[in-house]
Amino acid sequence: MSESTIQIALVLPDLLGTYGDFGNAVVLEKRMKWRGIKAEIVPINYGQPVPDSCDIYVVGGGEDTAQTLAVKHLREHPGLQRAVTKNAVVLGVCAGIQIFGESFTRADNVTHPGMGLIDSSSHAGGSRAIGEVVAEPADGLFAGPLIGFENHQGRTTLGPAARPLAHVKVGTGNDGSVEGAVQGRIVCTYLHGPVLPRNPALADMLIEWATGTKLAPIDLPAVAAMRAERVRAAS
Amino acid sequence: MNDSPARLPLRTAAAVKLGNLSSTLSQKMGLGAGGMIGGRVALKLDPQALGRLTQGRNVAVVTGTNGKTTSTMMLARAVGALGEVATNHSGANMPDGHVTALSKQPDAPYAVLECDEAYFPAVAGASNPSVAVILNLSRDQLDRVGEVRTIERSLRDAVNKLQNCTIVANCDDVMVTSAAWNAAKVVWVATGTGWHHDSASCPRCGNPIRWQGEHWHCTGCDLARPHPSWITADEAMITPEHRKLELRLTLPGKFNQANAVMAAAAAHAMGVPADEAVRRLRGVSNVSGRYRTIQRNGRSARLLLSKNPAGWSETLTVVKEANHPAVLVINAQEADGRDLSWLWDVPFERLQGRTVIAAGERATDLAVRLTYAEVQHTIVPDPLKAIDQMPQGAVEVIANYTAFRDLNARAAADE
Repeated sequence: MSESTIQIALVLPDLLGTYGDFGNAVVLEKRMKWRGIKAEIVPINYGQPVPDSCDIYVVGGGEDTAQTLAVKHLREHPGLQRAVTKNAVVLGVCAGIQIFGESFTRADNVTHPGMGLIDSSSHAGGSRAIGEVVAEPADGLFAGPLIGFENHQGRTTLGPAARPLAHVKVGTGNDGSVEGAVQGRIVCTYLHGPVLPRNPALADMLIEWATGTKLAPIDLPAVAAMRAERVRAAS
Repeated sequence: MNDSPARLPLRTAAAVKLGNLSSTLSQKMGLGAGGMIGGRVALKLDPQALGRLTQGRNVAVVTGTNGKTTSTMMLARAVGALGEVATNHSGANMPDGHVTALSKQPDAPYAVLECDEAYFPAVAGASNPSVAVILNLSRDQLDRVGEVRTIERSLRDAVNKLQNCTIVANCDDVMVTSAAWNAAKVVWVATGTGWHHDSASCPRCGNPIRWQGEHWHCTGCDLARPHPSWITADEAMITPEHRKLELRLTLPGKFNQANAVMAAAAAHAMGVPADEAVRRLRGVSNVSGRYRTIQRNGRSARLLLSKNPAGWSETLTVVKEANHPAVLVINAQEADGRDLSWLWDVPFERLQGRTVIAAGERATDLAVRLTYAEVQHTIVPDPLKAIDQMPQGAVEVIANYTAFRDLNARAAADE
């Protein structure tokens, strides 16, 4: 049975874990465990090779220097890129959306190559986008609204191969109109909170992609109450 | 050393007088504790007020993410051995708070100033300190203060500009060590406390930091743990002369032992013998209401303040010693940071099996975190009502900044 344990790779938490994004991996693990699906979190720290055998990869947000180091590390150890060709599920948050793209340009106007996993490019915006976000998931991907807290300087433009994750109602997201990106089984978002505790339907969508099974809903009153509160506070 | 402060120029003296008046008015009208408003008025009228008010005084500035208020109070107590000390109590740690504190004690030859890390460059630049204490640096209020590395960079630049200043720095903290690395005069203190989650990569060159026991070094440049001259041992400290002094603090926890040793080292740099410093700072028991116990209907509730992941992690260790029920109080106002993502960096899993109540304006966000940590809990937003719902006996109450401030004020009003 051990081969059926879903492995959640927590990618470079020591570099890209500034905003509590560790919570995304915890939510995936617990939501599987509570349904009797075996799951474990595999932390991949800075300096360690990146395995290509995990089922889900979770990448968090980080500071500029950390982000540059993370890209360098992920290029030198291309396990994540190989896993994507094998249909692994990937969640990239904040820095994730920038480093997965074709390129990102910093406030100092220097353009860094991204990992080329999604058809997007990012550049520094005029002002830092900080605050609560409410958005409607695109194409009915999962039950909305998508909610979270954004804190980023970057703005992202999607190319034709990437679809938006959601349409912004309150906040900035990629560019003031759309938020995040979906390409194949890669999902990117600017949202912290972290994003999966805030949005259980998105968490379950990723788990369904990874396990290939349709999940029964879990009733967590605290989550429903928190979501209602946040939507009220944002609007 | 004991020169009395230089006479104030007329403009500063007038600004201070008006400032003190508005501070008194603010208190009288019940608008606030008056800790900042007076300073705000004085600074508006005379932007150089901080420089003028510190002129001729022997000044220490205390900064860092956690422990500032406690360490400042300890250092002020210790320096009291040398003469009158002007100091900013109650966490009013920005320039207006400094101006208020200094103008209330115009003749004190010593000043010990708690300083918000973001204001350190301005305050250290204006006040020409003889000692600057840098306690620790970790993630805190990312939406307001910004990221740790930005803070480290600005402290580093400020420290390098200081003349004739002894930096007292925690060598078990990579960020602090980097900030103090090139200072002309540094006293390194091993505090034994560290939050390592923000220092996987070197703040100077970006290469991985490698840890071996208490030692650490950068794999790319020469940044490495310096040899400490003061060491925090179990409930004791080792002085530069290798003498062991028992701390016997009133305040709980390893973190306060670290604060005490940092304060003793700083007091020593200002001329207070180590034994005398420890004897004096030992008496600190209640820091603006923190750690005090309130009695309510048969419950004795200990009030603890924790503002960020490193602080919460430490406090959860302190409350682990006894298995008392816990009330956790979370707000997310401007002064707390609006983004509660940091709740996921706190190891709440340690509370499994306890009686826990989630309280505060953001009790539901906390409840979500506790749910995923598999900690049984109920939600009672009002923290005083939450205490009343606990079984009789000892209760631990841990609150973040504005939650603590409001709870403390209400509890004080009830007494």
